[in-house]
Amino acid sequence: MNGVHDMGGMQGMGPIQYEKNEPVFHARWEGRVLALTRAVGAWKKWNIDAGRYQIEQIPPADYLRMSYYEKWFTRLVALVIKHGLVTPAELESGKRAKASRKATPPLTAAMVAPMVSKWNSATGRNVLVAPSFRVGQRVRARNINPTGHTRLPRYARGKFGTVDRDHGVYVFPDTNAQFLGEKPQHCYSVRFTARELWGEQASPRDSVYIDLWDDYLEPA
Amino acid sequence: MTRRGFVAGAGAAATSGQGHAAEHKHDHEHQAVPSDLTLRVKALESLLVEKGLVDRAALDALVDTYEHKVGPRNGARVVAKAWADPAFKQRLLTEPTAAIAELGYGGQQGEYMVVVENTPQVHNIVVCTLCSCYPWPVLGLPPVWYKSAPYRSRAVIDPRGVLREFGLELPEDVEVRVWDSTAEIRYLVLPERPAGTEKLSEDQLAALVTRDSMVGVAKVTLPAAGAKV
Repeated sequence: MNGVHDMGGMQGMGPIQYEKNEPVFHARWEGRVLALTRAVGAWKKWNIDAGRYQIEQIPPADYLRMSYYEKWFTRLVALVIKHGLVTPAELESGKRAKASRKATPPLTAAMVAPMVSKWNSATGRNVLVAPSFRVGQRVRARNINPTGHTRLPRYARGKFGTVDRDHGVYVFPDTNAQFLGEKPQHCYSVRFTARELWGEQASPRDSVYIDLWDDYLEPA
Repeated sequence: MTRRGFVAGAGAAATSGQGHAAEHKHDHEHQAVPSDLTLRVKALESLLVEKGLVDRAALDALVDTYEHKVGPRNGARVVAKAWADPAFKQRLLTEPTAAIAELGYGGQQGEYMVVVENTPQVHNIVVCTLCSCYPWPVLGLPPVWYKSAPYRSRAVIDPRGVLREFGLELPEDVEVRVWDSTAEIRYLVLPERPAGTEKLSEDQLAALVTRDSMVGVAKVTLPAAGAKV
């Protein structure tokens, strides 16, 4: 989706606001939102790509105005309704529906440390898939404008680059975000010169490395 | 509270993003939220606990983990070890995820690590233009500036200007490499070891390494003369 979240190369967003000795959370509710998101995530009703896609669907004016954890909260509310963990009536009343059975949380306190330090959300796939490109090869990022989720940033589309390294096989976000299958394929770090991306104003020495899947690329 | 009020209210933040100095110490206006967001989050937590969907003790453990156990001190130990131990540095650059795991760090948002080395000729800087991907096991949760529009938008088109805002002026002949974290690979910058640190222990070296230097928006410097290392 050509949404406002796809910010690379935009201008006019103002100066970087640096806070010295920044706390991990600026208010208690921020930490609770992070924890709730992780704990509800343990139900495995959605995946990391679907979670990102949900945030991308926040209306652009709201997206720009909201803080990070406010976006997370908005996403969590939308996802628990969408996936039937909570009914709209329950959300409205704040009370569990009388007819419903109380569930057993899949994530206990004892499981938190192992969950955080294990690869349980890993999206690499140990399957044999032939790479379409090799390291050193010239490629072009395809000019595609999908209305769903994609990790091909707008600023790279149609641009020429060179495969710098092959990261291996990973779940493909565009299909995974919409539960249309993992479609595992190679993901590469592709080097684009700053001048290819931004023209003569850019330094001739600089470059941007972008992680791109097979389906985002075509031979140059 | 109606559902419409509940859900729509989640988006009703009235933040003020105007007229900020580039650096501020006390005001968190960019984080300002309606006070009822506290209540909305509490209400959702209560409902999810009542339904048995989440366990309150697990929530406490998660907050404690990211507030106290995971943070940039982890990454600093990785960097210090790389500076002190050439064999480890070699492993860190060639098998980064495994090398970082030697120190006990890894897991969510750090499953596939790549370490990029700064040298006098090459400066690396990390961004996520599409969301806020960041190597949690070694750096903890990202700071607000990393997650915000100014950094995410400009780091790729004007990295030298962005670095200047952080107080880092790079010479023309230094090559800047920007790493946009668009997939599940997470990047850690191995900063240059400052001169004059030859006699320092690994612990002393680790104390010098800042979060910003491992994102690539700062260099590691020695404390001002007279300061205790």
